[in-house]
Amino acid sequence: MKGSFEINREERTFSFEDTDTLLEVLRENGYREVKKGCSGGNCGSCVVLLDGILVNSCQVLAASATGKEITTVRGLGNIHNPHPIQKAFADAGAVQCGFCTPGMILATYSLLSRNPDPSDEEIRRALDGNICRCTGYVKIFDAVRLAARRMRDHD
Amino acid sequence: MTEFASVGHSVRKVDSLSIATGNAFYTDDFVEKDCLHLKMMYSPHPHALIKGIKDEASRDLPGVVDILHFENVPRVMYTTAGQGFPEPSPYDYCMFDNRVRYVGDRVALVAADSEKIARKALSGIHVDYEILAPLFDPERSTLPGSPVLHGKDAYAPLPVEYSPEINLAAEVELGFGNMEEGFRKADLTEEHVYYSQMASHCAMEPHTSMASFDEKGRLVIITSTQVPFHVRRTVARILDIPAGMIRVIKPRIGGAFGGKQEILLEPYVAYVAWKHKRPAKMTLSREEVFTFARTRHPFRIRLKTGFKKDGTITAFDMDALMNTGAYGTHALTVLSNAGSKMLPLFNKIRNVHFHGRSVYTNLPVGGAYRGYGATQSYFAFNQQIDMIARKTGQDILEYIKKWHIREGETSEVFKILGEGKEGVEQYIRSSRLDECIEKGAEAIGWYDTRSRRIRPQRELCRGVGVAVSMQGSAIPLIDMASASMKMNEDGSFNLQVGATDLGTGSDTVLSQIAAEVLTVETGKIHILSSDTDLTPFDVGAYASSTTYLSGMAVKKCAEKISLQLLDVASSLLQSQTEDLFLEKGSVRNLTDGKSVSFEEICLHALYTADQFQIQAQASHVASESPPPFMAQFAEVDVDIATGEVKVSHFVSAVDCGVAINPKLAEGQVEGATVNGISYALCEDYIFNEKGRMINDSFDDYKIYTAPDIPRLTTIIVDSSEETGPFGAKSVSEIGMNGPVAAIANAIFDAVGIRLFEPPFTPEKVLKALEDKIDE
Repeated sequence: MKGSFEINREERTFSFEDTDTLLEVLRENGYREVKKGCSGGNCGSCVVLLDGILVNSCQVLAASATGKEITTVRGLGNIHNPHPIQKAFADAGAVQCGFCTPGMILATYSLLSRNPDPSDEEIRRALDGNICRCTGYVKIFDAVRLAARRMRDHD
Repeated sequence: MTEFASVGHSVRKVDSLSIATGNAFYTDDFVEKDCLHLKMMYSPHPHALIKGIKDEASRDLPGVVDILHFENVPRVMYTTAGQGFPEPSPYDYCMFDNRVRYVGDRVALVAADSEKIARKALSGIHVDYEILAPLFDPERSTLPGSPVLHGKDAYAPLPVEYSPEINLAAEVELGFGNMEEGFRKADLTEEHVYYSQMASHCAMEPHTSMASFDEKGRLVIITSTQVPFHVRRTVARILDIPAGMIRVIKPRIGGAFGGKQEILLEPYVAYVAWKHKRPAKMTLSREEVFTFARTRHPFRIRLKTGFKKDGTITAFDMDALMNTGAYGTHALTVLSNAGSKMLPLFNKIRNVHFHGRSVYTNLPVGGAYRGYGATQSYFAFNQQIDMIARKTGQDILEYIKKWHIREGETSEVFKILGEGKEGVEQYIRSSRLDECIEKGAEAIGWYDTRSRRIRPQRELCRGVGVAVSMQGSAIPLIDMASASMKMNEDGSFNLQVGATDLGTGSDTVLSQIAAEVLTVETGKIHILSSDTDLTPFDVGAYASSTTYLSGMAVKKCAEKISLQLLDVASSLLQSQTEDLFLEKGSVRNLTDGKSVSFEEICLHALYTADQFQIQAQASHVASESPPPFMAQFAEVDVDIATGEVKVSHFVSAVDCGVAINPKLAEGQVEGATVNGISYALCEDYIFNEKGRMINDSFDDYKIYTAPDIPRLTTIIVDSSEETGPFGAKSVSEIGMNGPVAAIANAIFDAVGIRLFEPPFTPEKVLKALEDKIDE
């Protein structure tokens, strides 16, 4: 089948099978920043924003996402013009291997869109679906707090 | 303490922004046209002979290009352990075999035009097995009558103890003093058996490799590895092609923790690509990572200590049984390290004996895993000394301070026990363990909680426990690292290192070391790492070596560059080089204050007179392995109604020498600590009666995530190691060693039960509490 999506504010049309997951379709079409860590909906490496909602793209059929807006971490900012959350992750030392980072950043984006001044407990709960094995999460929590502060100061 | 311009500062990790913006490439992100996709078929039996394989139906499927198995690939014995040459691990593995040795062992490989076709083809392969009796219990491995896993073609490339005919993958024995006399002089003895369980590294990026060709027809392997140069050497041997025909590239890698110190997928992608002259890629699923990749070796450690009423240990006997699973990957060295990293810590014990055996079983394969045996032995050691201190009425912190190895001291163990050969004598030049203990105790509020049986709530009992440990920094007189460097006309430098950044931040740390020598900002160092064509040799990222060993190679290399800078500057400034020094990207004359910038120096060297490229290379072999030291403290709340153990605060205080980048060093400690807490409380492999792992997903193999993280305090104490680059030692592994023991000791402090078998699940805690009431 064929389907169209609005990915990072760009209209894209792909061919895929009706059993393909959104993760497979995104990766096959060059959105390699969406990572595959488990395919079971447990690790959060593959999360994207689907019409603004944080989803594990390995658990969504591409067919069910047609016509929707998809945001990956590259939709937030780029190396020349990074989003404050991306910069905060780098500044706080929250990036080690970085395989979880795109997912962590999107989960943070989703949290801060809803709640610009989250408590520590709210940060922990918001990142519940994203596994990181490198950092022990300390610097990731720091990054979320740093991003929240910078974004509030900026507003 | 010396003030540094770059070293000791938490500069931003050099690759972090490219990763955070989704720009960075990991192995699976590379796409080659016309690529073959590989899928492995695994054994459903723990032990069987393959009588025949019928693959015709699958071969006929459109898009299937090849099906490989023992009948159609050359049988070359090797080890998947990515170690120096010759490896201390036995050559007991080949690409395909007619015998399978655990549920999840490789049987056949499909190469197809797409992953879907490959997966479909797997179901059409019919394998005729002759089922053999399995061996699951490591205690039975060497007994007469037990099934024997390996045949006559398995061998050890080094002259070490290896007896596959009795399932013995490695054996280590050392002793000094007089054990009999030691135990005779003892007033008391403690003897306990400690178990450590199998665990998965759980690097977020599953293992993945791709082989393709450059325009000249050479093989290019892009792979998620800790050991690119060992990959090149081993693959060349298996394919029987010159190493120079292979280029190995490690791009960004999504975590490893020892799990990628393995040459696991590279032989398969390389073989298929070479045979079919098409690119080939293989990426494991999470389930495959759990069973086909490597695990932490389970141990059974029996400790028997004789001691006097004042706590003086008169004899220390350690008997270790390590389950290496179906193959002997790191079987000797993890076992050796269980002794060599732990026994020297209490170096004043006169009578010591250590006997260890690594044995085969029909279970998943052990391998390198952060801590490398020391995690398992320190779990035993730290509970044992907690018991001795309690029995002799001593404060455990003062007890440790009295007995641990100090600056200027040595241990016979260093000299006796190495990696596949004798060790190297060394004297401790830097240790701030006392300070780690004191600062850690203060941070956890040790004396406010210890032995006070505080109950924060009716069902909750609070306790604190401590564990101390040391690790090493590189393998002395074996590991080698090198670096090369050249200068650009804007005063920046290209730095090429074989060293392998796994996400640890070594690219950043090595850049900082070069920047420090050359008095430039870290941003002036453009680092390229881990490409066997473009970067010089390095053994790779293991044995806590990179900062210490590769860092020293970089330092030496940068020092050679500075000599060249001084030389050119001396002609430009018409000065004696003795009067010149480097200062913030320029060379200045001490006597007249005149200076010349690096830009001018480089332009002059490239274009003006006596032209040459300012460039250098250097290699480094360490003659000792200075240990980092650590004290770790757990505060736990034990729920006596449910048996749940909750860590409420965890403190890690480390002496890692000078932390080149404090934030990255903290990150290593925090990551290792949480891995250790997770291992202590929830991680385990669960097998059914056929030896099949039944919890091979993150649904059922629980690891710590954001809501589970306790309050963590990380303390880096002030220290400096004279043999390391700018005073640095290692830091990446040691944090894994303490949590299991500290938590076990804290549980005892809280509720008076001793647990010898992690993970400390509510069921085990409740059972121990009930048993205690029964007593």
